Amino acid sequence: MRKTRRLPGRQLVAGIPALWLAVFFLIPFLIVLKISFSEARLAIPPYAPLITWLHGLPLPRIHLSSYGYLFTDPLYLRSYLYSIMVAAVSTVFCLLIGYPMAYAIARGGEEWRSFLLMLIVLPFWTSFLLRVYAWIGLLQNDGLINNVLLGLGLIHHPVTLLQTDFSLYIGIVYSYLPFMILPLYANLEKHDPALLEAAADLGARPLAAFLRVTLPQSLPGIAAGSLLVFIPAVGEYVIPTLLGRTDQIMIGRMLSDEFFDNRDWPVASGVAILILLLLVVPIVLLQRVERQELEGGET
Amino acid sequence: MRRRGLFSRTALVLGLVFLYVPILSMIVYSFNNSRLVTVWDAAHSPTLKWYGVLFSDGEVIDAAWLSLRVAICAATVSTILGTLAGTALARFGAFRGRSLLVGMTTAPIVMPEVISGLSLLLLFVALEQAIGWPRGMGAITITLAHISFCMAYVTVVIQSRLAGFDESLEEAAQDLGARPAKVFWRITLPLILPAVLAGWLLAFTLSWDDLVISQFVAGPGSSTLPMVIFSKVRLGVSPDVNALATLMVSVVASGVVVATLWMRHRQRRRERDVQLAAAANL
Repeated sequence: MRKTRRLPGRQLVAGIPALWLAVFFLIPFLIVLKISFSEARLAIPPYAPLITWLHGLPLPRIHLSSYGYLFTDPLYLRSYLYSIMVAAVSTVFCLLIGYPMAYAIARGGEEWRSFLLMLIVLPFWTSFLLRVYAWIGLLQNDGLINNVLLGLGLIHHPVTLLQTDFSLYIGIVYSYLPFMILPLYANLEKHDPALLEAAADLGARPLAAFLRVTLPQSLPGIAAGSLLVFIPAVGEYVIPTLLGRTDQIMIGRMLSDEFFDNRDWPVASGVAILILLLLVVPIVLLQRVERQELEGGET
Repeated sequence: MRRRGLFSRTALVLGLVFLYVPILSMIVYSFNNSRLVTVWDAAHSPTLKWYGVLFSDGEVIDAAWLSLRVAICAATVSTILGTLAGTALARFGAFRGRSLLVGMTTAPIVMPEVISGLSLLLLFVALEQAIGWPRGMGAITITLAHISFCMAYVTVVIQSRLAGFDESLEEAAQDLGARPAKVFWRITLPLILPAVLAGWLLAFTLSWDDLVISQFVAGPGSSTLPMVIFSKVRLGVSPDVNALATLMVSVVASGVVVATLWMRHRQRRRERDVQLAAAANL
């Protein structure tokens, strides 16, 4: 690639958005980190400053109380582990459902492809909240699913579907499925069909060819899709609140409750930091995979 | 070979049914007369009753108006910032701080919303303490918060569009003596215009739909439409929400269909121009 001539004003083009993101994305995290180490108090704002001045000397007052609280109360640990499990299981289901769908679109006819992709993307453009809400109507005791099952005589009493793990998984898989399908499709569409033909000519059966050729080649797509589902699902708030269990809440809801109901800003910040620590590795991985998918194709 | 095609196609059809049944059910039940959302009152349906209820609900109208203003501002500013960032990432090669910029434009997309919301609120509180601005939370803080996560999406859209074009046109213009700003306005921007429009629409939708971040940075008295819907829905199913959903789905669906047709039209015309140019050269 030819080196682009050095342009005047380039600093501005890169600098303005960088400055914006530094102020509204990076610095806020430092503030969260800072508040997670301060002490809660009844005031506005409800936390104590980290540094107090005594006779002109700075006196740091770093408190680990919010972390101590988070590590000793089993409620937090349970909610933390539950969120990881829910996100992981949802990711697996998204992959199992999304892979064949992406595969069918990528192998489908040229004229169908853009139409099918549009069908996949369309729900993503409509309100996420309303799509989750729609499931309440379908899953509740006198909802569509129970009515159909009763009508078919498969069950004799309505089954409780709402506010269970089942409805939670349905909601998450339903909402995040497009995030799995799109990167998988982008990957599968680039595959060279000649490779599969070569495998067939060499005597590989379709399943073997899939397992030995297509699947390994699509690993970056699988990784990108899975991370795009897993990372936001861990901190999901709306779906567990509307569809999830009431006796076991996820960590995102925990954060929100600490902040709004208990007005404990240091503990809420501590929860945020712990979620971030969990997600740092997946986020870095995602950036690496995306860089390969976006820029690696040319070299 | 055929059997595997059959399996993945069946999966595709079932998957699409899974994606669309909830949306269709909302549309159907929005015309239902019964208060019980799931019981179809055949004698008095279809009816537009819930649409009437919706439009006479002042809270919903006010919230929709606020959401609209916030979404237009947030989409416009984030499209400008995102176009700058996307251009820098796709065209400037390696520069100092590039990986930081990459990180800051991809992380907001996957960041759990509760964390973004909390951190932005804490920023605004700290700013208010330090410099006396912003005074309380409201439309301004919601807009600022939305710009930050919307611009990350716009950046990705612009960057991948630019990655699809080689730089030969821009380099040719430069070699002919065009200044960088002129190259951008006359060559780069027209090339990426569909992506800029798509980015704006995406940003608008994301802002219009956002609930969690808004909940953190909205003050008392400034409720966006998703906040009003959420408080209605938490209390149980309400039929007027179905009517609202139907309206929003119809607007989005027709918008996406028109946009897709327009893009396809443009694509066809470009291909024809290329063919004509090739024919003229023979």
